Amino acid sequence: MTETTDDLVVLRELAFAYGERQVLHDINLRIPRGKVVGIMGGSGCGKTTILRLIGGQLRASMGEVRVAGEVVAELDRDRLYALRRKIGMLFQFGALFTDMTVFDNVAFPMREHTELPEEVIRDLVLLKLHAVGLRGAAQLRPSELSGGMARRVALARAISLDPMLVMYDEPFAGLDPISLGVVGQLIRRLNDALGITSVVVTHDVYESLKIVDYLYFISDGRVVASGTPAEVRSSTMPFVHQFVNGEPDGPVPFHYPALPLTEELMYAEPG
Amino acid sequence: MPSQAESGLAWWLRRVGGTVVDAIVRLGYASRFAAAVLTHSGSAFRRFPLTLREIYFAGVLSLVIIIVSGTFVGMVLGLQGYDVLERYGSSEALGVLVSLSLVRELGPVVAALLFASRAGSAITAEIGLMKATEQLSAMEMMAVDPIARVVAPRFWGGVISMPILGLLFSTMGIFGGYLVGVKLIGIDAGAFWGQMQSAVDFQRDILNGVVKSLVFGAAVCLIAVFEGYDAPPTAEGVSGATTRTVVASSLAILGLDFILTVFMFRGLGL
Amino acid sequence: MNRSAIDLWVGVFVTMGIAAVFFMALKVGNLSSFNSAPGYLLEARFHNIGGLKARAPIKSSGVRVGRVESIALDTESYEAVVTLRIEEKFSFTRDTIASILTSGLLGEQYIGLDAGGDPTMLKTGERIAKTQDAFVMEKLIGQFMFNKAAEGGGGK
Repeated sequence: MTETTDDLVVLRELAFAYGERQVLHDINLRIPRGKVVGIMGGSGCGKTTILRLIGGQLRASMGEVRVAGEVVAELDRDRLYALRRKIGMLFQFGALFTDMTVFDNVAFPMREHTELPEEVIRDLVLLKLHAVGLRGAAQLRPSELSGGMARRVALARAISLDPMLVMYDEPFAGLDPISLGVVGQLIRRLNDALGITSVVVTHDVYESLKIVDYLYFISDGRVVASGTPAEVRSSTMPFVHQFVNGEPDGPVPFHYPALPLTEELMYAEPG
Repeated sequence: MPSQAESGLAWWLRRVGGTVVDAIVRLGYASRFAAAVLTHSGSAFRRFPLTLREIYFAGVLSLVIIIVSGTFVGMVLGLQGYDVLERYGSSEALGVLVSLSLVRELGPVVAALLFASRAGSAITAEIGLMKATEQLSAMEMMAVDPIARVVAPRFWGGVISMPILGLLFSTMGIFGGYLVGVKLIGIDAGAFWGQMQSAVDFQRDILNGVVKSLVFGAAVCLIAVFEGYDAPPTAEGVSGATTRTVVASSLAILGLDFILTVFMFRGLGL
Repeated sequence: MNRSAIDLWVGVFVTMGIAAVFFMALKVGNLSSFNSAPGYLLEARFHNIGGLKARAPIKSSGVRVGRVESIALDTESYEAVVTLRIEEKFSFTRDTIASILTSGLLGEQYIGLDAGGDPTMLKTGERIAKTQDAFVMEKLIGQFMFNKAAEGGGGK
């Protein structure tokens, strides 16, 4: 893929470190408009960090993030906030506001950013909730929802201002198979129906292969492979093979780096 | 061995130095945070219902504990004060003793201590949990500043509630002293109120007490929102932050009380 | 908890706060004689004011008529200059006597005013000519001993 104006998000030579710990090295990836792009990798490989860099919550130590042509790190506070209004984000466990009802959660971005009268907000919120199939749950509290329902409410909240980009942080984590399918289908359907661009960060290969247009694999903070779902399925790259088939050992080792077991058992001194 | 003692000393010095530097860094961060809360306070007043809600949680829900404790403190003061004053034959001065102790010291201080453990800890836990469950992060991603939307209303809600709670504590305490002194022991009601009125000065005693309450309220709320906002996003993190709020607030209240008392009453020739 | 219920409770809370202020002002602190209340100033000079403090009450026949505004020392005569603020509605004759008295054995000190029969009244800024100093226990005891000694001497 070459860089064109069709790319909504472009990450170029991006590096990031939390203090001493280098999380991302030299990441290059592009997210084209209107597509669902998956970013996959094992737990703790820096996937969520990529989303935070796109949203401007973290600053890269090297390289740049462009969203809709603007370099995120160069924006001042007002312009960053203006950009964020056009980005929806679904957090790992929904991050619903626990002191508000489902209705108020979805209405929250509208009330904060628009001057719409309350009747219009009511209609819009019900439409968004209808889109995720939870219109009937409007008056429930987040504590009364199942994990899958909470995820769907968070999705309705993420699209409440009709964003151009929606980022999903582990949308499938901890869901039963039915909810998993529902959330997956919602991501795809909303993307196509509303003409938005979606970034799905996940480690669930099986589910994401069904819905994404393009996939990036990240390991140890680097992009190690990429391709369309068809290419990924037929890939012979050891990492992709291990990941797609869920093999316990391979390029991603089972063991945390340590001395050979025999050595440690033989020579370890107490104290 | 000398070398071992030396290295022990070096280790100890490094540890002390590290702790001091950490404390200073944290103080700097807290000051920056306080400045951010103050500069983002506009929304707390422009959108007053947000602050109203926090006055409800910090103030109204603390009413019961404040009223009950105030009454009992006043009643105990009445009993103890009578016991001492009676030895000097001036038990009519009980009203003065009860009202001055409450209005100047016990009202602001005890109400603030109760407020710190009742409302301050709740504020810390709430903000800490919102952070741990990524609600604050979600707000940021929705282009809503959590300091303006979550922190500032809680801060101001507490600051507004505190003087009212302090006054109610003193009022209930004086009522408790009246119950014990006049109704139980039988001091003349006229002497009780009359001596009180000639000894308590509205500006010097009552207004200074309110000023103390305001300062304590600001200190407690600032500590509470800071600890919550700064809490590590884990269960232990939030529980540790809640404990720190209560401990740090209590110390701050007592320390500030001494400083304020010196300023308020030393300057007036007392 | 919906909005109007919160409004109601906060309203109750604030009302209680205001009631407490009124209670403090009227019942506890007696704001009705607050010192910024208008009044006129008089001056009185004493050789010894004892434990008199600024804002101490001024009473006439036991009724409070004002408060001590300030206390200063005249460095030429070494007299205490006490400024009195008297409420507008009370006026005192030119030959009024100001004395420093103590309420009860351990009570606070106040200024007592005893009006005389002079037809002219004191106006603002004028001085009360006749004053009586605070009684100081040591002096009183000293005087008593001296008198006793003198009596004893006379009896011999």
